[in-house]
Amino acid sequence: MEFLNPVLNGFGVVMDPQNLLYCLMGVVIGMLIGVLPGLGPAATIAILLPLTYGIEPVTAIIMLAGIFYGAQYGGTITSVLLRLPGEASSVVTVFDGYVLARQGKAGTALGIAAIGSFIGGTVAIIGLTFLAPLVASFALDFGPPEYTALALVGILLVATISGGTKIKALIAAAVGLLLATVGRDVFTGAERFTFGNLSLADGIDFVPIAMGLFGLGEILYNLEERHRAVSAPAKVANVWPSRADLRKSSGAIGRGSVLGFFLGILPGGGATISSMVSYAVEKKRARQPERFGRGAVEGVAGPETANNAAATSSFIPLLTLGIPANATMAIIFGALLIHGITPGPQLIVEDPDLFWGVVNSMYIGNILLLIMSIPLVGLFVRILRVRAAILAPITALITILGAYTIRNSMFDVLLVVLFGVLGYLMKKFGFEPGPLVLAFVLGELLESNLRRSLLVLDGDLSGFFTRPITAVLLMIFVLVAVSPMIKSASARRRSSDTTRVPADSQEKS
Amino acid sequence: MNRNRDYEAEGDSGDVADVLGTPDLTPEELAAEWAADSAPPSGPIANLASSLVAAGVGLAGMVIALGLGLGTASEPRAGTWPFIISLIITVLALAQLFIGRRGGVDGEKFSPLSRMAAFGFLTLLALVWLMPVIGFEIPSLLLCFVWMKFLGGETWRAASLYSVLVVVSFYAIFILGLGTSIPHLF
Repeated sequence: MEFLNPVLNGFGVVMDPQNLLYCLMGVVIGMLIGVLPGLGPAATIAILLPLTYGIEPVTAIIMLAGIFYGAQYGGTITSVLLRLPGEASSVVTVFDGYVLARQGKAGTALGIAAIGSFIGGTVAIIGLTFLAPLVASFALDFGPPEYTALALVGILLVATISGGTKIKALIAAAVGLLLATVGRDVFTGAERFTFGNLSLADGIDFVPIAMGLFGLGEILYNLEERHRAVSAPAKVANVWPSRADLRKSSGAIGRGSVLGFFLGILPGGGATISSMVSYAVEKKRARQPERFGRGAVEGVAGPETANNAAATSSFIPLLTLGIPANATMAIIFGALLIHGITPGPQLIVEDPDLFWGVVNSMYIGNILLLIMSIPLVGLFVRILRVRAAILAPITALITILGAYTIRNSMFDVLLVVLFGVLGYLMKKFGFEPGPLVLAFVLGELLESNLRRSLLVLDGDLSGFFTRPITAVLLMIFVLVAVSPMIKSASARRRSSDTTRVPADSQEKS
Repeated sequence: MNRNRDYEAEGDSGDVADVLGTPDLTPEELAAEWAADSAPPSGPIANLASSLVAAGVGLAGMVIALGLGLGTASEPRAGTWPFIISLIITVLALAQLFIGRRGGVDGEKFSPLSRMAAFGFLTLLALVWLMPVIGFEIPSLLLCFVWMKFLGGETWRAASLYSVLVVVSFYAIFILGLGTSIPHLF
């Protein structure tokens, strides 16, 4: 039972009125901004990073975690009401959620999503409470070679699992690693890629990159896209799901919780994959699978539960190994670093208040989410009616002014704008910004561990394979690297004659 | 204008579906509709251009890394790691140049509407340039107005009114409320 003491102390941290307040603020702000079409959790957290300066690290992370699951739920709202998935993990919610909204049952869909998210999140936090200390104690023995291999596998998995062309995602990741080398070399003090610019000597800060690529990049992209996206939000009447709906969804929620928890631990799009797998599982198990896509409540309950469970469990690799599992976690990782905290296996022992404070704040956050989401639905619908033309400059100014306040530096603001246009161009040319940001965050860790390993192993690369954990991780790395090439080569041979329907002809008809 | 037409068309089909009481699309149909709705992929020229840019970044990185000193495996120097990454970028970019030579399914073609994003970028640059000189109020006001009126198609009245409201509230929050040192005129 002794192991439970720090867990209980963590509740003390959360119950601190200031932390509670910031948790509430995070959840509400996350939901509000997450509702704005086009801005998913990663963009929302990136834009709001400056808010966390000047507050205690625990409080900051509690708020960011709140923004994270708030924004996650915000994405669900747009999926159901507008058929606009706020992010990849709520794409499948559209299938049945929007149809339910069309049938006048938008409230049911949102209510069941909120309840499912709550249960999925709670199950995952309980899992996190028990699994995280185990993983952390296992990882305590990791040395530089293990960390090198782990970071390599993490970056590769995120680059290959996220959507889009694999090679382009890998190029983006490599560019992220290169950007991380800008500035003074920690080992030799040599200036790298600074071109004599004093502002670059300390390296590029993580915040302008995240705010630019995710925040401003999305805003610029939406300037061009928003004419396509608009449709009138469906009306929301009764938000409480009926008892029959709840009974129908209970199985889906249970399965979604477990599935989401386990898939979320794996690096690379855990929430997205788990929502899709959950939808497929529910459809397969259903007695009348044809109901799916025509307004089946389980089709909303399962995926929404699973993506929230996965979002929560994706904190495990971050908090116990120091390896972010996806782009959003990369931003939270960056935020932790800003506050002088390096997430890793020591965190749970060295800073138990922070660790358990953040974990336990998720219980409170989930309860707040459940309580706030249902009465606030009316407000969200009203926000959705605010025209995008008016919201766009507001979000852009929040980003710009927020970026300035971090270090009172116009150079940072300029970087945000430049990375914003880079993010926009990457999107247009088919490069995912996620792997770049993730690799940037892990860049220094990867380089310093690689160089330390080389020193330890005296330059003998085969030494990596004599350490069992490193060898296994590197084997996974090779498998992950090679398998998509083989798969895509064979797929290309099969589908070389199928062509896309030209979009122009569709639009004219 | 275009937007309004889409909007009405959406509404109409929605009403029909509601009247008939039948849900409109299966997931497969919806996915197909999304694919048709999205912009066409960026195509072979974009692939060539982006691959060449990436390869250029890689080559430049390698050259600079050489200048920093490559070191050896047992004694890595400042240039070792940047050289490895730059080499990877170059190799991957050349591979992409070849693999994507017929275009692909990713990316999006630039459309006449892309000018909006370019225009938005230029106005943001202007804001960054003007802010330290004359404070954030006037540039922000202009940015809001231009984005609302010319990029968003709002009326003169709405654009002016909302721009003023936005700037006044930002002034209240950032300068009066939070007391930040954002350059300001008043």
